[in-house]
Amino acid sequence: MNKITLRRQLSENVVRMDILAPEIARRRRAGQFLVLKVHEQGERIPLTMVDSDPAAGTVTIIYQVVGKTTALLAGLDAGDTILDLQGPLGNPTEIENFGHVVCVGGGVGVGVIYPIARALKEAGNHVTSIIGSRTKDLLILEEETGKVSDRLIVATDDGSYGFHGFVSQVLQGLIDRKDPIDRVFAIGPVPMMRVVCDVTRPCAIPTIVSLNPIMVDATGMCGACRVSVGGQTRFACVDGPEFDGHQVDFKLLASRLRMYCPQEEQAYTAHRCGQHGN
Amino acid sequence: METDVTTDRKEKKEKIPRQPMPEQPPVERVRNFAEVPLGYTEAAAILEARRCIQCKKPGCIAGCPVEVQIPAFIRLIAEGKFVEAARKLKEDNSLPAVCGRVCPQEDQCEKSCILGKKGEPVAIGRLERFAADDERQKGEIFIPATAASNGKRVAVVGSGPSGLTIAGDLIKLGYGVTVFEALHKAGGVLVYGIPEFRLPKAIVEAEVAYLEKLGVRIERNAVIGRLKTVDDLFAEGYGAVYLAVGAGAPVFMNIPGENLSGIYSANEYLTRSNLMKAYRFPEYDTPIVRGKKVAVIGGGNVAMDSVRTALRLGAEEATIVYRRTELEMPARKEEVHHAQEEGVRFELLTAPLEYLGDEQGWVTGMRCQRMELGEPDASGRRSPVPIPGSEFVLAADTVVVAVGTTANPIVPATTPGLETNRRGYIAVKGEDGETTRPGVWAGGDIVTGSATVILAMGAGKQAARAIHAFLSKA
Ligand SMILES: Cc1cc2nc3c(=O)[nH]c(=O)nc-3n(C[C@H](O)[C@H](O)[C@H](O)COP(=O)(O)OP(=O)(O)OC[C@H]3O[C@@H](n4cnc5c(N)ncnc54)[C@H](O)[C@@H]3O)c2cc1C
Ligand SMILES: Cc1cc2nc3c(=O)[nH]c(=O)nc-3n(C[C@H](O)[C@H](O)[C@H](O)COP(=O)(O)OP(=O)(O)OC[C@H]3O[C@@H](n4cnc5c(N)ncnc54)[C@H](O)[C@@H]3O)c2cc1C
Ligand code: SF4
Ligand code: SF4
Ligand code: FES
Repeated sequence: MNKITLRRQLSENVVRMDILAPEIARRRRAGQFLVLKVHEQGERIPLTMVDSDPAAGTVTIIYQVVGKTTALLAGLDAGDTILDLQGPLGNPTEIENFGHVVCVGGGVGVGVIYPIARALKEAGNHVTSIIGSRTKDLLILEEETGKVSDRLIVATDDGSYGFHGFVSQVLQGLIDRKDPIDRVFAIGPVPMMRVVCDVTRPCAIPTIVSLNPIMVDATGMCGACRVSVGGQTRFACVDGPEFDGHQVDFKLLASRLRMYCPQEEQAYTAHRCGQHGN
Repeated sequence: METDVTTDRKEKKEKIPRQPMPEQPPVERVRNFAEVPLGYTEAAAILEARRCIQCKKPGCIAGCPVEVQIPAFIRLIAEGKFVEAARKLKEDNSLPAVCGRVCPQEDQCEKSCILGKKGEPVAIGRLERFAADDERQKGEIFIPATAASNGKRVAVVGSGPSGLTIAGDLIKLGYGVTVFEALHKAGGVLVYGIPEFRLPKAIVEAEVAYLEKLGVRIERNAVIGRLKTVDDLFAEGYGAVYLAVGAGAPVFMNIPGENLSGIYSANEYLTRSNLMKAYRFPEYDTPIVRGKKVAVIGGGNVAMDSVRTALRLGAEEATIVYRRTELEMPARKEEVHHAQEEGVRFELLTAPLEYLGDEQGWVTGMRCQRMELGEPDASGRRSPVPIPGSEFVLAADTVVVAVGTTANPIVPATTPGLETNRRGYIAVKGEDGETTRPGVWAGGDIVTGSATVILAMGAGKQAARAIHAFLSKA
């Protein structure tokens, strides 16, 4: 049983939670995730640890409500408990002083890119962050990301705030202005990561993406999370979740993510209608 | 099932045929996940027990990897002392309800039963199951006296049969035992791999609860190598560590199209169904694809468990695709037989070459090749050779790849001084599982590669003795 110590609504469908898990909090490094199962009948879902506070013994997650489990989770409050919490999982982000790094985050991916930007900044990099969302109200962690970046550029798809357009267009602009860039980190929806990789490929800027395939055990036992990188099958939970974006088969990732769409619809609809009472 | 009457005629002893096991009829059981064999009645158990001639030099005991006192427990059943029989079993085997169900008895204890020479061997496994079930159902589980705490602690990594066995042995010797398990439930393959219809999960839960009652601490959701390392365990004051992490990593064949949607490793398919209870979706939240045409690649127990799971999930056609013949199938005969009764199709001497998919990236079938058996190789096994021009397409909307598992590198990679062999399994110095790292023992599938429940338990027992000797000196 793991107690929730804080719940904060960041936008219409994005929630931040701090959960008491002292051992995980002590170990966790940027880029790592946890797997949680809310209740006995629940599904195991992976979520990135956006932060941890070893002194308070808490880890922070930021998630978007997209289906039954995230909706269940969002229905909990400070003081409630989560049945199972496993972590830290995955390889930490490779942090070095690369020089000028650009951290690109889209949607809830801003939550995942933020700790990486912070770690890169602490390692001495010059950090440019480009964060975006569909519309102004959905933008998260603007202030936090700004604090750990030398430069912050915001973009919204509908132009309601910041640059009118996609984060990839902002990045293209930097490249066109011949800003030397040593490395790009891109985390967000699959189409966003794919487009960012298309932008950086012609100028061969190393680009790291964090992949979010469906997972079950997250210890390398099941192969649900397999992705194709450079033509080779890798297990994102133990070999990743971060990979060289230029080598990733995004089409495969996108199609594997759709594998359970009908069942997910069914579970979510039933949940919203309160048929199962949980 | 009948004994040969002509050979028995000369004997004075009463002619009792081997008692058949009552089972759920195939047409019914393919629609549920309940256990297939129903278990002996008291009367049948007593009759079967009376078949044992109580040999002076029993062959059966030598056939059992943990040397269960077979004639002794069987005699107690014959005398109607069922609870005593269960206790006798537990002197050597801490999981009789499990082993009575899943041991390959036909290759072990029953293979060396004297009666098997002329007729049919005593049904040792079924009797073992009977005694253990009787004890559990009557709630007569007895808590043995454990030695007073000796103040020393042992960490066990992995809660499969090997880890559970050593935990039971060491706690009784007075050690403080903590088992670290990566998943949210204890039991290893017994909970995530072997399906409910072969091994009800309530049995494993009862065994785990029993160990906890004895004082074993089980830390679930604890991935050693990530949450903490073996070095950390020593730093926390554990005097010795036993690694029983199993052979959990799935093997794929590396043929084109293997990552299409609808293609599972057996581990994933079975974990979704068993551990996550996806067969009860949407009551349970984890989904599983309920394929109409399911193909399972492989011929072992894991393949049989997968194909029979597919039928129970509603497959109209469930097919085993295996590159040799039924004779070479590593699965237990009983399981192949059960699968046949349930209507599983067998495409033998067949191997997949490539998977085919639709525009959505979903598997639609596979291109296969027919094989024939060639000359026996060094090991005496005849290996399959492709027949040129024999390619054909087998339609499938779901595929389960059950061609084996291998070592998971998380623990070896994070434990300095721990050597592995070429294939990634932990290297041990001898029978007791001592590794190259002082204070660390290993056993079960992570040493032998995928083997059996009883061998994993045997390894746990031997390591318990070695660790006890080691810590007694310290
Ligand atoms: C390493 C990793 C880190 C992640 N970090 C975050 C994060 O920080 N914040 C966040 O909002 N989301 C994150 N995700 C995605 C998150 O796991 C899914 O949104 C969540 O599982 C959806 O569950 P659901 O039941 O609410 O929705 P569902 O209805 O089950 O699914 C909605 C969609 O989520 C995806 N999904 C479903 N089940 C899983 C699963 N078991 N594992 C992964 N994806 C799944 C599928 O694409 C699906 O179409 C991460 C995923 C991975 C693999
Ligand atoms: C589907 C299937 C059917 C089978 N059928 C039979 C049968 O009928 N009869 C038979 O005798 N045998 C059968 N076997 C084989 C048998 O189950 C195994 O040989 C046996 O379970 C091995 O036991 P173990 O204790 O070594 O490992 P496992 O049972 O594999 O348990 C290992 C445990 O360690 C945990 N673990 C792994 N890594 C870590 C880590 N880093 N930190 C913490 N915990 C970790 C795992 O989560 C797991 O719970 C079958 C196997 C499968 C997969
Ligand atoms: S443990 Fe297995 S091999 Fe030994 S007697 Fe029991 S069923 Fe036979
Ligand atoms: S060998 Fe067979 S008949 Fe003899 S004691 Fe063992 S089980 Fe009984
Ligand atoms: S989630 Fe099972 S192997 Fe990665």
